[in-house]
Amino acid sequence: MTPRRTPLYEIHKKYGGRIVDFHGWELPVQYEGILKEHQTVRGAVGLFDVSHMGQIWVRGPQTLEFLQKTNTNDISRVGPGQAIYSHLPNENGGIVDDLIISCFAKDKYFLVVNAATLENDFAWLVGQAKGFQVQLANVSDDYGMIAVQGPKALELVAKEWPAVAALPGRFTALSIDVLGEPGIVTRTGYTGEEGCEFIVPAAITAQLWERLMSLGAPLGVKPCGLGCRDTLRLEAGYLLYGSDVDMEHSSYEASYGWVVKLDKGDFIGKRHFAKQKAEGVKRKLFGIKLLERGVPRPGSTVIVDGKHAGTFSSATFSPTLGVGIGMGYLDRPDLKPGARAAVEIHGRQVPAEVVRMPFYVSKELKNAKA
Amino acid sequence: MPKPENCRFTKTHEWACLEGGVATVGVTDHAQHEITDIVFVEPPKPGRQLKAAEACCVVESVKAAFDIYSPIAGEVVAANDAVTKDPAVVNRSPQEEGWLFKLKPANPGEVNKLMDWKSYQEFLKTAEAHAGH
Repeated sequence: MTPRRTPLYEIHKKYGGRIVDFHGWELPVQYEGILKEHQTVRGAVGLFDVSHMGQIWVRGPQTLEFLQKTNTNDISRVGPGQAIYSHLPNENGGIVDDLIISCFAKDKYFLVVNAATLENDFAWLVGQAKGFQVQLANVSDDYGMIAVQGPKALELVAKEWPAVAALPGRFTALSIDVLGEPGIVTRTGYTGEEGCEFIVPAAITAQLWERLMSLGAPLGVKPCGLGCRDTLRLEAGYLLYGSDVDMEHSSYEASYGWVVKLDKGDFIGKRHFAKQKAEGVKRKLFGIKLLERGVPRPGSTVIVDGKHAGTFSSATFSPTLGVGIGMGYLDRPDLKPGARAAVEIHGRQVPAEVVRMPFYVSKELKNAKA
Repeated sequence: MPKPENCRFTKTHEWACLEGGVATVGVTDHAQHEITDIVFVEPPKPGRQLKAAEACCVVESVKAAFDIYSPIAGEVVAANDAVTKDPAVVNRSPQEEGWLFKLKPANPGEVNKLMDWKSYQEFLKTAEAHAGH
């Protein structure tokens, strides 16, 4: 299959991006270096090309009913201008994808889904839409998407889009003119920092990138690649669909039970979720931090009480903490933070411990929650 | 500290510099650039006997682990503590402070079979140079 390019491909080349194949997309893994980009997002502000992600409009009088059926979270909790993170369950209690849903009107919602799962998600949703008065439109090719992330992200966007910085907190959404074209901005991200995501017509995405680069220059803005996107999201305890959660693992097993609202009425696979809630899970996703030097990788074995307890679904060196961290399913759902473990790395057992996720919480987000 | 002109080079991008009967070994600037941000180094322990081209040292970036191969046969006589404590030294100074370990060569003449600086520069222009790391 020919690799696909986002509207920012030439921009990545211009800024020295090291291009890799990411689920069929040619995207930069890094520009200057993963560590430097990671630190830029933790300390200032970084730009990410996330145009590969999928966008789906759902419209029609029964949109809310349809979304309630196809989601674990209670979508009725968000009104116009609000956004919510959710899981799309399958009939067996597995997860088809994780996504962010923004409400623009009672009959108009906007879904942002993962790139690798877009085609499957869309077919799944269309299949589930039978009998509902809804229209679904996969508009992914029409839009480019840029994430602006970091403690200075809002200061940057306030320079030209004060309405974005003035949004009342995280998980809000706004229809807004961007460079004279209709766009969407959500106060969301995948880094564990303050910030927002611009979803704009593909044709103006490169122009928006350059505008953000020049507005952000005094703040130290830098282009950031997929490499630091992964280290940032792992520190923040965010799941990577396909690695940390998939068709075979439920939201409860992924330690994301808060996205399942059993009291909201019926939804796909609810029976399985209710059963798991009542009986408990047999395996659970835990965060684990190394206590000695070593870099854990996805697939590394985790040992608890001298026995193989599971493997890492995601793992890396944490640039912020300066130690190896990972998350993985352990067949020891009873474990508590502080439990001792060991991780096998190059044939050596490196001491580790179970920790509460996220591994890292930014000052801004901690204050926003308080 | 060894000047590149006084070092010998492997096709897997290690350098070795023989001085006073001891060879200092590290990775080249090309290798550190390809590996990207180095966050972990585990050099071989002193006393270990190495064969030529034996994988003996792990260097890891945020994204991946890389094996470093001994340029020549010999006994490890020192490992660089500076790179285990601060792995980024290998990125900053691959051919000086970022050396990895020192070897007492089994056969001091073996190092001369490796590429010299000029040949290595030529080698970097070939496709083979980019097949590894």
